[in-house]
Amino acid sequence: MSEVAPFDVEAVRKDFPILSRTVRNDKPLVYLDSGATSQHPTVVLDAERDYYERHNAAAHRGTHLLGEEATEIYEGTRAKVAAFLGAASPDEVVFTKSATESINLVAFGLSSGPASRSLKPGDEILISEIEHHANLVPWQQLALRTGATLKWFKELPDGRIDVDESLVTPRTKIVAVTGQSNVTGVIPPLREIGELAHSVGALFLVDGAQLVPHHPVSVADIGADFLAFSGHKMLGPLGLGVLYGKYAALDALPPFLTGGSMIEVVRMEETTFLPPPAKFEPGVPAVALAAGLGAAVDYLTELGMDNVAAHEESLTAHALEALGEIEGVRILGPLTTENRGGTVAFEVEGVHAHDVGQVLDELGIAIRTGHHCAWPLHRTLGCQASNRASFYLYNTHAEVDALADGIRYTKKFFRV
Amino acid sequence: MQLQDMYQEIILDHYRNPHHKGLRDPFDAQVYHVNPTCGDEVTLRVALKPGVDGEAVIEDVSFDSLGCSISQASASVMTDLVIGKPVSEAMKIEDAFLELMKSKGQLEPDEDVLEDAVAFAGVSKYPARIKCALLGWMAWKDATAQALSGGDFSRSDSSSDIRSEDGRSEHGGQA
Repeated sequence: MSEVAPFDVEAVRKDFPILSRTVRNDKPLVYLDSGATSQHPTVVLDAERDYYERHNAAAHRGTHLLGEEATEIYEGTRAKVAAFLGAASPDEVVFTKSATESINLVAFGLSSGPASRSLKPGDEILISEIEHHANLVPWQQLALRTGATLKWFKELPDGRIDVDESLVTPRTKIVAVTGQSNVTGVIPPLREIGELAHSVGALFLVDGAQLVPHHPVSVADIGADFLAFSGHKMLGPLGLGVLYGKYAALDALPPFLTGGSMIEVVRMEETTFLPPPAKFEPGVPAVALAAGLGAAVDYLTELGMDNVAAHEESLTAHALEALGEIEGVRILGPLTTENRGGTVAFEVEGVHAHDVGQVLDELGIAIRTGHHCAWPLHRTLGCQASNRASFYLYNTHAEVDALADGIRYTKKFFRV
Repeated sequence: MQLQDMYQEIILDHYRNPHHKGLRDPFDAQVYHVNPTCGDEVTLRVALKPGVDGEAVIEDVSFDSLGCSISQASASVMTDLVIGKPVSEAMKIEDAFLELMKSKGQLEPDEDVLEDAVAFAGVSKYPARIKCALLGWMAWKDATAQALSGGDFSRSDSSSDIRSEDGRSEHGGQA
């Protein structure tokens, strides 16, 4: 690679304690599974520990100093996330458990209560064939509950979405697509799809679980009414997800999980609710997780999301070339980095994905195997199970080479 | 390197040349099982026949499947072990295999009972792969149970034709 690296990867790697451990057979860890969950820099771990050591309290309640500090940390992260996404206000950021919960919150809201957005028989939900199950099953269930019809953009042979405009009709009430495929890395034309959705008055939801951690994202540019993602795929702790929603869109949704903290007035007969985002956040907030996510957002912002994206693009280009030249390796999805993120899924002819993963594991290389929670995508590509290497800011070109060498070794081991 | 522990030659042989693969007629029950974490799948048929003492005997097992070397080889080895055995004996073999899979590599398997299946001892050290090794076995157990409950193989009158014309049914498996 002749181009100048966007940042010093070796320096970055020193921030991640886990990357210096060894795994099976005392091999150094080659972690190529950040699409499943990312690793964490010391600053994120420190932020969580510092919270528990110095500030632990229930945010949004109590009159003591610790409660105030906890509230400041929690709301501080909300403001950081809002700025990270270019949201109009921190009130457009709802904390959930996961990206999955974020999507379910919206899907549930479209079938519940007196909301004017509630779906009816004859209404249509539009998704795509390349979705992760988290952005597919909730919509199937919504269709079942309401009698609405589920439709989807087809997957093309290169893994991209066929944006067939005829599927967008006056009956379309919500369009939900991935921001980046967790298998092929495909980045759909989000703005175009959003404009189509809005042209018929439909809501537009983006599953950003694989997009937000890896690219600069502006919700205004994308035109998303909702953007769901999780903190743990972007250096933050496991267990905290985000739902961004345009304020009016959030306001129009009924509450999802109910209980304390999200209420205005409770009587035995009825309850009124706080406005968003509190309306969607019952219970004592997970401030320690928010402290960690805040530190993660700071870390990414300091490095620069443009730089993160550029680094991953360079790794992806390298991987497409290095894997592409191995006989019997079939890469699923686009073979260039154009509108494509840093996950590379592949098959090795004659060796099942599980077996490839097992041999790579023995070499210290961690990848994902199976259908990666995207079964329909695999079926359409005529693939039962695939291998997936996914890159992040701490991966190196040497690790891409290790992967390619590992695949060659696997072929030799299974004599194919 | 522990790879050879897991991928013993016996396993790779069964993987490359699986025994009893390809669905066959007749059969008493058919099931479809999947491993939802990876999408591996097996469709498996069991045919029973009455034994001399009235107990049902596994007459045939056939399967069709997609999956990794461990799941394919394990299903193949399983068919060799259970075909021709009375159901109770086959279930004992299944118990022994299950125990081996739960052993985390700490059990010395009984080769007299498990024969080629002892080769899977190494797999038990890898929790993520145990389900692969068990896929075919669990399908067989399910299909056999369905065949028994559907075909009334437990009755003592061994002289009657227990596989009547309409006695064969296909039971839905778990998806």
